[in-house]
Amino acid sequence: MTLGFYPGCSLKGSSREYAESVVAVAKAFDIEIKEINDWNCCGATAAHNLNRELSLALPARILSLAEKQGLNEIVVPCAACYSRLTVTKFELAKDPELRKKIVAANGLEYSGTAEVLNIIQMLNKYVTTKLEGRVVKPFDHKVACYYGCLLVRPHAILKFDREEDPQLMDELMLKAGATPVDWAFKTECCGAGLSVSRTSSVGRLSGKIIRDAVDRGAEAMIVACPMCHSNLDMRRGAINSFLGEKISIPVLYVTQVIGLAVGLNFKTLGLQRHFVNVTV
Amino acid sequence: MSKIGVFVCHCGENISSTVDCAKVAEAAGKYDGVTFSVAYKYMCSDPGQTIIKNAIAEKGLTGVVVASCSPRMHEPTFRKACAEAGLNPYMCEMANLREHCSWVHEKGEETTQKAIDLVRVLVEKIKYNHSLNPIKVPVTKTALVIGGGIAGIQASLDIANTGHKVILIEKDPSIGGHMSQLSETFPTLDCSQCILTPRMVEVAQHPNITLYTYAGLESLEGFIGNFKAKIRKKSKSIDEKICTGCGLCITKCPNKKIPSEFNEGLGNRTAIYVPFPQAVPNKPVIDRIHCTYYTKGKCRICEKVCPTQAIRFDQEDQIVEAEIGAIVIATGFTVKQPDFFPEYGYGKYPDVITGLQFERLASASGPTLGEIRRPSDGKIPQKIVFVACAGSRDQAKGIPYCSKICCMYIAKHAMLYQHKVHSGKSYVFYMDIRAGGKMYEEFVRRAIEDDGVNYIRGRISRIYEKNGKLIVNGADTLLNAMPVEIEADMVVLATAGVANEGAEELAQKLHVSYDPYHFFAEAHPKLKPVETNTAGIFLAGACQAPRDIPESVAMASGASAKVAGLFSQDELTREPLIAVVNRQPAPVYSSCVGCFLCISACPYQAIEKEELRNRNGDLIRSVAKVNPGLCQGCGTCVAFCRTKSIDIQGYTHEQVYSEVMALFNEF
Repeated sequence: MTLGFYPGCSLKGSSREYAESVVAVAKAFDIEIKEINDWNCCGATAAHNLNRELSLALPARILSLAEKQGLNEIVVPCAACYSRLTVTKFELAKDPELRKKIVAANGLEYSGTAEVLNIIQMLNKYVTTKLEGRVVKPFDHKVACYYGCLLVRPHAILKFDREEDPQLMDELMLKAGATPVDWAFKTECCGAGLSVSRTSSVGRLSGKIIRDAVDRGAEAMIVACPMCHSNLDMRRGAINSFLGEKISIPVLYVTQVIGLAVGLNFKTLGLQRHFVNVTV
Repeated sequence: MSKIGVFVCHCGENISSTVDCAKVAEAAGKYDGVTFSVAYKYMCSDPGQTIIKNAIAEKGLTGVVVASCSPRMHEPTFRKACAEAGLNPYMCEMANLREHCSWVHEKGEETTQKAIDLVRVLVEKIKYNHSLNPIKVPVTKTALVIGGGIAGIQASLDIANTGHKVILIEKDPSIGGHMSQLSETFPTLDCSQCILTPRMVEVAQHPNITLYTYAGLESLEGFIGNFKAKIRKKSKSIDEKICTGCGLCITKCPNKKIPSEFNEGLGNRTAIYVPFPQAVPNKPVIDRIHCTYYTKGKCRICEKVCPTQAIRFDQEDQIVEAEIGAIVIATGFTVKQPDFFPEYGYGKYPDVITGLQFERLASASGPTLGEIRRPSDGKIPQKIVFVACAGSRDQAKGIPYCSKICCMYIAKHAMLYQHKVHSGKSYVFYMDIRAGGKMYEEFVRRAIEDDGVNYIRGRISRIYEKNGKLIVNGADTLLNAMPVEIEADMVVLATAGVANEGAEELAQKLHVSYDPYHFFAEAHPKLKPVETNTAGIFLAGACQAPRDIPESVAMASGASAKVAGLFSQDELTREPLIAVVNRQPAPVYSSCVGCFLCISACPYQAIEKEELRNRNGDLIRSVAKVNPGLCQGCGTCVAFCRTKSIDIQGYTHEQVYSEVMALFNEF
């Protein structure tokens, strides 16, 4: 069982622990992770605000490279990368003229056959069913599953979970031994890229998210996006000053929780790298 | 020798902007058999029709080809014009240069050539046309009205008052529909029950109306003036003739916790029940899904207490067959239900309710006797948020249309709330206020200006519960999309009005078309708003699109006028475009060999065996014969006939072959 792997920039830098935990969990379930050779930036938010064709050509190149390497399925753990790759597939399938143009620009063949999976879809497809027998250390905590904005939207294109009230991560956490809380901010905005330019806005937006999670008794927040993670974790200072209170709820990647549940090592999963300490 | 006239219409610019009409007329003039051809701007207008009539008279035309729009549009117009000039109307044919040519192609030589070809085909066909005479069929002067809401009630009464019989069927145990659930009605604030219940009683007492409640249409056969309907009367498990409606069974029924449909789940009912005290008929039915006797096999308390022994546990559904001349569909609508709005927490938070539920809270006959109390704890809410367009006008939700009634009922709800809770604050989040209608805009202004309802232009992104309050997050788009957060005690969603579940199934039973949202389709959006594409079947009310009460009533009266018009004739004329099995002189009699494959093929049971006998009455042989009253001209039998003995009049083998050959032969 081999899966293509597109890490994107975050997983090579500020979210190394996400990449580490994805690889570790995959290995634990006998999935070979094969990074796409010579991959490039997905374009993220910058490209599609500047130039539509560029914003499609960048992800199309990644998909072409995957096809070239014979990778039929690619796991894309970053929600922003996942969104760009999926939207590109959708747009190119819809418009043959545009597709011709993009293929010419990249100089690479593109058939649109590579399946793009976000981390939840990947776990759901290859890990969930096997999880039950493998849990050695149930993650016995109340958790707030935070999906963020890009993982489930736009619904017309992604269609992978219940719109506005997604459930799949909650179900996954249940299987890992955790108790998901019912809360209201599953898909609210964390402030995203304002992290750098207007940190106080991130403090406010992420603050509301953390507030509700804590008020509903969550002991940990679970995320599947490096941007969400950095805002909820790295920007905890701004959050705490907005809330006027020191809140120490840790933020874990969904793969880190699964890893812990199946008995993987704390450091293998990169849990020591968070700003808000994780104590297990 | 044929003398054919060809009349090419510009249809304003519809045809002439892409087709060279003069050239088409010129080309047609050169065909064998064509003695006159002309192009004109509006052939359907009075001067246009006069050109045709004069040509028939002056040139002695034997056939007319009008090259213009679709025959669906104007075939009756031109056939009538021909008939007035003394030509048999079936000697007039139409070439569809608009829908089949000018509208679908670019301007150019090829487009004009296609138009010329379309005309030539009809010229060749018409050489084989024969004079035909319309078929007369009797009319059964009984109407079937499906649905007993305000539209069905109005239609039934209007038709019954013209002296004709009406059968009204209603799926619920009582007539009244959604209107009976409403509190007050906009824009006058008169009590819904007060204006509706007398009409319900009138229906029940009208000598011309037969009312079947708890009933549905099982099947329908036949055609305009001559439908055969099978109606399924669901078992009520009581003998209606004996039951006095005393209600003792209802008070004694131990199964009291069934959510009441009439109260939109805000109150409970028993397993044996009448939906509401003013129900018509006011006799109970047993809900077999919930009744303890049917689910567990024990109880029968109602049977024991009934003073007239009217309970019938073993009663079965009954099928009633009826001969029907016309049908009015008035099956209404429903609103989007729980689970459709996860972002608004519907179904999760008891105090997020639908507009229809608010009607029940505000209604004197409702679970709170008209006091506005929230479902969770019965407290009087001090802050209410009304959300307009919950689902409506939302592409992402798959409901791009406007539900039309919500802007008005929200204004009414907010007003009623302000009238009942003087200390309360109400907020309406809206996209646009659509208050087109007599006294409608004034009504909304009254809510805003006199009753102090806060209207905020913007949408709600999320509703969640915090410390017993519903936190409503939205934006005020008139203040540069400034975020707005309101801590509300109750939220009312103006959920989209949608077609009833099973609407498309009913449409298929009735052979009427429906739109992408499963609302029934009118025959023409402007000129035939109450007709369907199936002759003799009409529409009234919200089954066609979201409608308010005045519109539903107007539609119902319109449909009734159509039915009355139909019933004013003793016989209907039908198009003679039906199948005919050939008959020839002796000794052949007919080329039909009597295999009767056609009988098994006919979907309308219109073909029978005819015994051919000689003068002595001896049987020669049996051949097929088409009943002209039943045949719909579908042509299935023609395709099945092994000896080509059946022809559709107006579309004979000869005619169709000549059309095809016209396309291959050079002229």
